[in-house]
Amino acid sequence: MSIEVSHVSYTYMPGTPLSRQALDDVSAVIPEGSVTAVAGHTGSGKSTFIQHLNGLLKPYTGKVFVDGTDLGDRSKKGKRALVQARRKVGMVFQYPEQQLFEETVAKDIAFGPRSLGLGESEIDERVKRAMDAVGLAYDEFADKPPFRLSGGQMRRVAIAGVLALEPAYLVLDEPTAGLDPRSREELLQQMMRLHRKQHTAIIFVSHHMDDILRLADTMLLFRDGKIAAKGAPREVFMQTELLKECGLRPPRIMELSSELCRAGYLSQMVYTEKELVDVLGRRLRDAR
Amino acid sequence: MLGNITVGQYFPGNSLLHRLDPRLKIVLLFLMLIEVFLLEKPAAYAFFTAVTVLFVVISRVPLRTFVRALKPLWWIVLFTFVIHLLTTPGREIFHAGILTISEEGLTKGCLISLRLVLLIVLSSLLTFTTSPLKLTDGMDALLSPGKRFGLPAHELAMMMTIALRFIPTLIEETDTIIKAQESRGADFTTGNMFVRLKNMLPILVPLFLSSFRRADELALAMEARCYRGGEGRTQMKELRFATWDGAAVLLFLLFTVAAFLLNHYL
Ligand SMILES: Nc1ncnc2c1ncn2[C@@H]1O[C@H](COP(=O)(O)OP(=O)(O)OP(=O)(O)O)[C@@H](O)[C@H]1O
Ligand SMILES: [Mg+2]
Repeated sequence: MSIEVSHVSYTYMPGTPLSRQALDDVSAVIPEGSVTAVAGHTGSGKSTFIQHLNGLLKPYTGKVFVDGTDLGDRSKKGKRALVQARRKVGMVFQYPEQQLFEETVAKDIAFGPRSLGLGESEIDERVKRAMDAVGLAYDEFADKPPFRLSGGQMRRVAIAGVLALEPAYLVLDEPTAGLDPRSREELLQQMMRLHRKQHTAIIFVSHHMDDILRLADTMLLFRDGKIAAKGAPREVFMQTELLKECGLRPPRIMELSSELCRAGYLSQMVYTEKELVDVLGRRLRDAR
Repeated sequence: MLGNITVGQYFPGNSLLHRLDPRLKIVLLFLMLIEVFLLEKPAAYAFFTAVTVLFVVISRVPLRTFVRALKPLWWIVLFTFVIHLLTTPGREIFHAGILTISEEGLTKGCLISLRLVLLIVLSSLLTFTTSPLKLTDGMDALLSPGKRFGLPAHELAMMMTIALRFIPTLIEETDTIIKAQESRGADFTTGNMFVRLKNMLPILVPLFLSSFRRADELALAMEARCYRGGEGRTQMKELRFATWDGAAVLLFLLFTVAAFLLNHYL
């Protein structure tokens, strides 16, 4: 089971002077239960790409399959399958807190499950589980109006609203944009816990190369609407020339460790802070 | 989804129409709109339509954009046509039950709907070929004589720029909100009117909130840049009449005389 994107191209406002090709023959496979990062310079097509994953945008050419269902199928049966497939892919937009509208947190989170037509007790269960997953105490927050919360808390409510649909794939567009370092870290950890516990596939757009290196098992690197590189972040980040062309820099830890390699303090690249501390610590101890 | 709304959209370009002074363009448009109402004869209309089509071609704005601008008003045009078709008395050419269609009705229906289409196309031409900034400068200049009588000319023009500026932003934002609520399983297309209205809440509430937030931020940003109305403000690009503007006035007079001659003597 996987999301399969095959030769997708997309143009905004085609046939006008403002037309702009945002995706150009993009292909990728996102297996279930994986963690995929999407990186690239501003305007490289990341947001456009992820909106194809649950059929919000329809490719001009090419196809998108979610667990084998073609999202572009326009027949009646295809449309029903599209609704089903769309439920499997939860989409969290950038600044999702701007989409809250209900009077209370619990009601807002319940919006998704309710439109799925679930029973009240199931809806309650899901709201509780979703709030738990994003670290919001049910007793404290359920009856609060969402607009009285802080920005970070509002964002969690919004993400919980998508989690309550219990998607098999969770797509997040820059989920940590505008958060303070602690909320950022918490949010990322919650995301990864969800991945471990429920085996939810995570697809996230990020401008933080260190987060990508740390969390993702695959990354897609976008440049001018094309995928310039894909694979394990460690390997993609080794292509420093390509990264520079894409307007990005390698993760700090990798820059540091390649400097240390060059200076002869390390015999091979390390990819985590812990590893680096271990290796350098050992060297220090040996030297003494 | 909402990408095909073209209200107030500007298509950058360098055509003869783009280069016309905005003040002149607004005045000429206004006069042409009046002319549309004064013409009666088919020949005059044909001439007028031909000139409008010529403008469309000169503007280099894609034809389909005009078609899209017409789309929301299509029903009104059709309705007008049918009403005139069925209610004008005259020489009967078709008869079925209580419905009679007269020759006069057919002509009148065609002309009146053509009139509507011309109005829409001409007004679209103005916004398609004039950048919002120039448009407001033009408005500001044209309204400024009214200042003596207490007309807040500059403020009106500023309000118009802001409105025009935020139309695409609002459309984009609505689009994102719709998409977000759709991915949460919202359904905006089924149910009776009340259900549908209620289903709009998840769009309207966030949209209102963000508009207020934007208005607030914009006001703050304007104040931070010491904006305090039109008093003593100068412009980086002063409006100036050029040779081409003079030529355009001559062409316009020629066109008007021709249209009225056709209307009277043909
Ligand atoms: N609604 C739209 N209408 C027209 N063009 C658009 C629209 N949305 C995006 N584009 C254009 O498509 C290109 C890709 O945009 P996209 O939003 O996918 O970029 P991105 O990689 O997500 O950038 P960012 O990191 O800034 O979010 C950009 O050049 C952008 O100008
Ligand atoms: Mg983006």
